[in-house]
Amino acid sequence: MTTIRIPTPLRPYTGGNSAVAVSGATVGEALADLTRLHPQLRPHLYDGEELRSFVNVYLNKEDVRGLQGAQTAVAAADTLMIIPSIAGG
Amino acid sequence: MIATRDNLTDLRPHSFAAPRLDTTRPEDLIGNTPLLRLDRAAAAFALSTRVTLLAKAEWVNPGGSVKDRAARHIIHEAERRGLLRPGMTLLDATSGNTGIAYAMLGAARGYRVKLAVPENVSPERLAILRAYGAELVLTDPLDGSDGAILEARRIAAADPTVYYADQYNNPANWQAHYLTTAEEIWRQTDGTISHFVAGLGTSGTFTGVTRRLRELNSAVACVSAQPDSPFNGLEGWKHMATAIVPGIYDAALADGNVTVRTEEAHAMARFLARHEGILVGVSAAAAVVAALSVARELDEGVVVTVLPDSGYKYLSERFWLE
Repeated sequence: MTTIRIPTPLRPYTGGNSAVAVSGATVGEALADLTRLHPQLRPHLYDGEELRSFVNVYLNKEDVRGLQGAQTAVAAADTLMIIPSIAGG
Repeated sequence: MIATRDNLTDLRPHSFAAPRLDTTRPEDLIGNTPLLRLDRAAAAFALSTRVTLLAKAEWVNPGGSVKDRAARHIIHEAERRGLLRPGMTLLDATSGNTGIAYAMLGAARGYRVKLAVPENVSPERLAILRAYGAELVLTDPLDGSDGAILEARRIAAADPTVYYADQYNNPANWQAHYLTTAEEIWRQTDGTISHFVAGLGTSGTFTGVTRRLRELNSAVACVSAQPDSPFNGLEGWKHMATAIVPGIYDAALADGNVTVRTEEAHAMARFLARHEGILVGVSAAAAVVAALSVARELDEGVVVTVLPDSGYKYLSERFWLE
């Protein structure tokens, strides 16, 4: 299973977990599995069916928008990261 | 004529009196920023014709943001109190703009500057910080700016040779705005300001301006603004309910609070660029959204907000293309 690392501000919606193991062959499927496991995350990440424009998803430290976006293939050993913006000061 | 040892005397000025040069230092350029009218925004959002919407253009500060004000006052106060001395290193956690201000002022005043910065700070900001020669400690992007704060605290505890400026808990932060920003707004509006609206980051701008305006006219309404959610794209703002709350933040100070959704701020940044000819950053655009939400409820008034920086440091963001 692929691991998705969860940023601090979203951990209240994953039961406090900083990482969630998900299934799926692509970034899009992995994120869909994440929001299936933790439905409260969905409004924070998605606007309708689209990822919100400021939500940055990295595959092993590379922005997936620079790869094939939601279609980017993921393997069990991969780690996805959801990166927040930077607050205050 | 080319000056040589033989003819050099011909080029000397006739008098040896000191020349009267018209010069200044970068830090003397901080503050006294223009107050802009946002008439097209006011019209587009159907404000009453008796409501005026105004905004401080803080990007004209030499470091490019409102943070120059706080950084200058923090450094001056630390020097005055003997906490920051020649040879010391100034340390703080920053999301970028305060770091740029420290790096600029530190370079000019001869201090090393060490900054804990989340690794995902925009590449434009990292490049500016490095250009000024600041030492950067990059922190886990998953922990956001709170991770940078914790790292700065760790460094400060381990190294007594640094001066930890601690912008989130340093009263000199809000005092800078009490002493300068508020006075400018009062003067530039000829004392007619009725509403002040500002976003909360460290809360320094809102706290300092509000405290001084209340002294000048207790009827001025002061409204603070925050992101609508702990996970947002409003870089520079803080969601107080879920973040490390700055020690200088006083939740009882505001007459009201508004929240802004990231997508609204992105749309406003595009509107301001394309209809006002004002290219601002995301937190500035969010401040205008907040100010408009206050102004829309008024029949008359003078509403003032603060535009913390320009859009130049955010041009790699995708929302400009939408």
